[in-house]
Amino acid sequence: MPERNELRRRIVATVAGFGALAAAACILAPLVGTTPIALSRVFDRSIPFADNVDAQVFFIARLPRVLAAVLVGSSLAVAGVVFQAFLRNPLASPDTLGLSTGATLGAVIVITFHLDTAILGVSAVPVASFAGSAIALAIVYAMSVARRHGTSSTVLLLAGVALSAFFGALNRLVQVVGDFTDTFRAIRWMMGSLDVGSYTDVVVALVPMSAALAAIAALPRVLDLVSLGAAAAESRGVDVKRAERVALVSASVLTGSAVSLGGPIPFVGIIVPHIVRLIVGPDHRLVLPAAALFGGSFLIVCDLIARVAFGPAGMPVGAVTALLGGPFFLWLLFRRFR
Amino acid sequence: MAVVPPIPLTRRLALAAALALCAVASIGAETRRVVSIIPATTEMLFAMGAGDRVVAVGSYDRFPPEVDRLPRVGALLDPNVERILSLKPGLVVLYGTQTDLRAQLERAGVPYYAYVHRGLPDITQTIRSLGARVGVDASANALADRIERQLSNIRARVADRRRPKTLLVFGREPGTLRNIEASGGVGFLHDMLETAGGDDVLADVKQQAVTMSTELVLARAPEVIVELRYARGDAAAASDLRAWGALASVPAVRNHKVFLLQGEEFVVPGPRVVAATERLARTLHPEAFAR
Repeated sequence: MPERNELRRRIVATVAGFGALAAAACILAPLVGTTPIALSRVFDRSIPFADNVDAQVFFIARLPRVLAAVLVGSSLAVAGVVFQAFLRNPLASPDTLGLSTGATLGAVIVITFHLDTAILGVSAVPVASFAGSAIALAIVYAMSVARRHGTSSTVLLLAGVALSAFFGALNRLVQVVGDFTDTFRAIRWMMGSLDVGSYTDVVVALVPMSAALAAIAALPRVLDLVSLGAAAAESRGVDVKRAERVALVSASVLTGSAVSLGGPIPFVGIIVPHIVRLIVGPDHRLVLPAAALFGGSFLIVCDLIARVAFGPAGMPVGAVTALLGGPFFLWLLFRRFR
Repeated sequence: MAVVPPIPLTRRLALAAALALCAVASIGAETRRVVSIIPATTEMLFAMGAGDRVVAVGSYDRFPPEVDRLPRVGALLDPNVERILSLKPGLVVLYGTQTDLRAQLERAGVPYYAYVHRGLPDITQTIRSLGARVGVDASANALADRIERQLSNIRARVADRRRPKTLLVFGREPGTLRNIEASGGVGFLHDMLETAGGDDVLADVKQQAVTMSTELVLARAPEVIVELRYARGDAAAASDLRAWGALASVPAVRNHKVFLLQGEEFVVPGPRVVAATERLARTLHPEAFAR
C-alpha cells in the first residue's frame, strides 16, 4: 500500500522534525539565563547541593520551569487542536468553553479570600484553578449530554461564550470586593508564570495530562471525520456522541491542568494548531503529535525570552507568547497566500 | 451655534472682584468637610489633628479606628462620585491617577488634592502641603518635623553597622516560591529598608515592585530576607516561611535570617512609617536597639 507507506513516512518525518526541535529546546533552555553558571559545577557531586549555587540555579530555578513550559505548551496546543476540530471553528481555543476563565476564577477566589494555604507542599491556588475548570467542564458536559444525537457545535460555542462572560464577571466582582494588594497578586497570576520552583507541581500536573493525552492519541481519525461534519462522521460508522465526550473531557482536563500549572497563558492554544496545520497540513495524525511537540518548544522559547530579554526582573511569559507568536503567524499566513 | 453675549465691563469687574474675594477667603479659612479616599492621606489627616474634618473615607481605610464610623465612598478604581458629591465636601483628597474623578469634581466645582505615592521624603512633604491646604499648617509641620527627626534617629542608630544585603518581599503564593513580589530600587519600601540599615538587593531595578524568579533570588543571594504581610488573620504566615528552605544556597536561608513582619503600616505610606521603619531596623540590627 504506497499510500499507507507515504503516510507512515510523513508521520515519522513530522515526529522526528518537531521532536528534534522539542529536544533541542529542552536541553538548551536550562543552560541559558541571566545568571552565568558552569556546567562542570552543576554536576559536581563533591560540592554539597546546599552550597552549590550553580546546581540550585539549574535544578531549582531552570529545569522545573522548562518542564512546566513543555507540559503547559503541549497541553494547550493539543487542547486547541481538539476544540477547533470538534467545534468546527478555527477561532476555538482552550478558553472557548469557559474553561480557563473558570480556572482563573478559582485561583482569584483563593488569592483574594486568603484560602491559599499549602496542602502537602502544593499551593491551594493550582488546586482551586483546576476545580474551577472542572466546574466549567461539568456545565459544558451537561449540555453535551442533554442532546441525544451529539452536540451542536453552535450551541456549545454559545454556551462557552456565555459561561466565559459569566465567570469573567464573577472574577471582576471578587476583585472589587478584595483588598488592592490581593487584586495586584491576582492580576500577576493572570499574566501567567512558569517559575514553579519545585518538581511537585510539575508531577501533580503530569498525571491528568498524560491520561488526557493518551485518550486523545486514539482520536485522530475521528477528529478528521468530525471536522468534516457530524453527519459525515456518523455515515462512516463513528460513534460521534461518545467520541465527542472523550474529546471534550480530555481537552478540558488538559486545559485545566495547564492553567493550574502556569496560569492562563494566552495565544498558544489558538495559534499553535494553525501554525502546525500550515506546516504539516490538515491530517490529524500529523497535526496532533506536531502540535504537542511544537506547542512545548514554542512555550519553552517564549519563557526563555521572558526570563532573559527584559532585564533581571524578566517579563510575564503570557506577554511574550503573543508578542512573538503574533508576527510569526502573520508571516506564515503571508507566505502561504502570496 | 449659540453665541455667548459679551459681558459688560462693569459686570466683568464686579465678577472678578467677587472671585478674588472668594479666593482670599478660602485661603484664610480652614477647609471643613474633607473626603479622603486614600488610606495614607486619611492617616495623615488624623495624625495632624484634622480628623474631625474628615466626613468620608475610602473602602480600604482602616486606621485610625475612628474611620470605622465614617461613610465609605469607594476607592482608587471605583470612587462613588454620587456619594462624594452628596456629602458636599470642601476638599476631596484623591490619587493622582484618578483622572475621571478629577474631571467630574472640576465640573462640579469641588476642590481636590491629588496625591501620589513616591519615596519616603514625599510622605512628610505631603503632610506639609496637605496640612496647608486644609488649614492646619502648624500641627502638620510639627508632625512632619517629628517624623523626619524620628527617621533620622533610626538612621543614626544603625549608621555604624554593617548593612546586610536584604530582600524585602511583600507577596508570594503561600507554601511555594511562586510569584515572589519584592521591593525594587524605588519607592517608600526601598527607602524604608535603606533607612533601617539594609542594602536592597534589587536597588538597581528601578521599579517599585519586582516579580522575582527563583533564579534571581539565587543570583542576588540576599543575606537577610524580610517578608511583609499586612493581611489580617494570616495565622499560618510564620510556618509558611519554610518554603524558602528550597533555596538552601541563599545565605539568608542557610543562616536562618528569614523574618516575618506583620502589620498594615508596611503597606500604607503614612505617619506610621516611623513605626514600620523601626520594626525593620530592629529586625536587621537587633543589637543596635539592645539596651
